[in-house]
Order: sequence, then structure tokens, then C-alpha cells
Amino acid sequence: MKVAFTAAGDTLEAPFDNRFGRAEKFIIYDTDTDTFTVLDNAQNLQAPQGAGIQSAQHIVNSGVKELVTGNLGPKAAQVIFAAGISAYHANAETVAEALAMYKSKALKPLRDANVEGHWV
Amino acid sequence: MKIAVASGKGGTGKTFVTVNLARAINTPVAVLDCDVEEPNSSLFLQGDFVSEQTATLLVPSVNEELCDGCRVCADVCQFNAIAVIAGTPLIFEDLCHGCGACTRFCPQGAITEVPHRIGNITVSVSKKVTLIEGRLDVGKALSVPVIRQVKAHEVAAQHETILLDAPPGTSCPVVWTLSGCDAVVLVAEPTPFGLHDLEIAVETAQEIGIPLGVVINKEGLGDDRVSIYCQEKNIPILGRIAHDRRIATVYARGGMVVEEIPEYQVVFSRIWDEVQKLATAGGKTDV
Repeated sequence: MKVAFTAAGDTLEAPFDNRFGRAEKFIIYDTDTDTFTVLDNAQNLQAPQGAGIQSAQHIVNSGVKELVTGNLGPKAAQVIFAAGISAYHANAETVAEALAMYKSKALKPLRDANVEGHWV
Repeated sequence: MKIAVASGKGGTGKTFVTVNLARAINTPVAVLDCDVEEPNSSLFLQGDFVSEQTATLLVPSVNEELCDGCRVCADVCQFNAIAVIAGTPLIFEDLCHGCGACTRFCPQGAITEVPHRIGNITVSVSKKVTLIEGRLDVGKALSVPVIRQVKAHEVAAQHETILLDAPPGTSCPVVWTLSGCDAVVLVAEPTPFGLHDLEIAVETAQEIGIPLGVVINKEGLGDDRVSIYCQEKNIPILGRIAHDRRIATVYARGGMVVEEIPEYQVVFSRIWDEVQKLATAGGKTDV
């Protein structure tokens, strides 16, 4: 199963990014093979608006089933949950740290957006 | 004749000049409050209610029976307002700019446009002045569609003389307010900050290509650099309004200086004469 982590770099040692919509990269970790790929998100990082929606579309298209991030806004959450993806909140310094928490089932599931949108 | 009243800087006196000009003119006039994020002309005109209508934006609505989930709508959307999940488009109306691209390019003809409320437009009448006020709903981001609907209002079309109270700044809402006007009155404060923003407003009006003139408000507050700038650039100064404590007193309680301080009826009548010259001469008046 593929799990997406929001990251500010290309490796597991990269800083974990609290932001979802404007995360620089997504580390797509495959729990079946214990390997990962990197999904670039520069296009949405620079979007004038709707970054959360399109970042969510981006990871849905990549086939992930679960998401680990810091802040998930209402519009992004709508897309994530419509796609049947489970989201988890992590407070971590690095992707590796968030991954370890995820593997030990220490992360709290997000049932809804945990931050407000930027327009309200 | 359509005359916009604008400025670069906020708080220079756009609404003050608009409502007092409207009162000083001795003919029926429509005032269009195009500062739809914070309309305030009604505080001074205080007219009797005539009508109210909803201001809308046309947003896409998907017929899921016709939609085959091809994602063309999401791909053509320049505002990131559409996601397609499990073959079904999700539309985010708050991000939609109503451009219509998704409707036009949908290969299945599955999208129709439906009105989405973003504000309202109120008409009121006070003596010879008819006010058409646009008001953007709280939480909505797009003011231009409201401004366009204010300008296209049927009551505005019934008037020969129209004054438009523009939003501050020089971005899209101002450009849309100024477009199609016969002239623009730029209200400026005689201060360094006032001059800085006046220069940007002048560039904007020149880019749009409409005749412009300057009203110096709060004359005596700062220095003479706005006057010098206008002389150097050959920009007509349509009038000067003193930095007069009596004006502040009248204005602060929602009064009209042209009605309460007789000498300002003369000042504003003269400004209106100059504005008319400006509009009919295509910006070639020298004052």
C-alpha cells in the first residue's frame, strides 16, 4: 500500500512539511516493498489558489491510499475523503520520524480538516 | 456621460467627492458605488429604498449522467477550482472565476452554468440622486462580477449622467470601474504618499485610455508636489478642496458639505464644469 508524506526534500531525512497543499514534494512510501518514490509538487507550490485541491488530486492520481501530513484544509480534505484516502496528522521533524510514527500506529487519524481555509 | 471618481491611495476622498458632486449637479444623476468590498456612499446619500437584487457568478454544474470523467474540465480550469475523483468532478465554487471554459470544452456537454450568489445590488433614491450600490458578500473574493453587474444595471442605463465611486488602488476592480467611462477624476492628497499613489493611478487611467483630471483634496495639509507633478505632466487640476475642519465635522456625521457650507456648492459646481469640459474635449482641457 502506498502512503504519501509531505516533505521538503527528496529523501527520508528531508524535513517533514506541515503544509499539505504547498508541500514541495510528496514522499510516496510503499509499505509492501519498504521503498519510496518522490512526487514533485512544484506546480501546486506556486499556484495562485486551489493548491490544496490540486495537491490532493495529484496524490489521488498517484494511487496512494493513506496520507500523513501536518495541516489539512477544508477543500483539500473534501477531495482526499471523496477519494477514500485515510489521512493522519503527524508532528515530526523529518519524514523518517513521521514514517516511524506511522509504522508504530502512533498517529491520530484526521476525520476532517484540522485547519481553516485561507479565504475565511 | 459616465464619470469615474478614483484614486490610487485609499482615504483621499473618493466618496466625499462623488456624493458632493452628485448633490451639486442640478440634474438627475445615478451614483454607482463600485467599491463593493466596502460601499459607503449610502451613508451620505441616505435614500429611500427602491429595489434589491442578487449579484451572481455563473459557476459550473455537472450532469453526472452525461459526464464520463474525462477530466477536460479540470485541465482547462485556470483557477484550480475542479478536481475529478473516481470519475466525478468536484466543483469548488469559491475558487471559480466564472470564465466558462469548463462548460465550453466539456466533450460530453455535461456542464451547464448556474448562478451562484456573491453579493447584492441595492437601488435607492435621494432627491435627484439615484444610488446603485454593489455589495460583495463577506467571505467572497471576486468583486469584479459585482462591479460589472452594477454598471450594467437597468436603472443606470436610464440616466444621462452617471458618477462611479471606484474602489481604491489600481487593480482589476478599478480597471473594470474605469473601463467605458468618459473621464476619470483622480482625487489626490497633497502629500508624498498621495503623490506616489496618484502617479500609479494616472498610469492606470492612461493605459485604459480615458481622459483624466485631478482634484486636490485637503489642500494645505502637506506640500505642493502634487500641483507641480500635474503641471509637469500637463494634467488638468479640476479643483482644490481645502483642508478645512468644517468639512471633517460635516462629513463625520454623514452630512453633505455642498448643502451645509454654501461656499462648497460653488467649489463643487466649478469642479463639475471642469469635469464636463474634460469629458467632452477628450482630455485636452488646460486648467
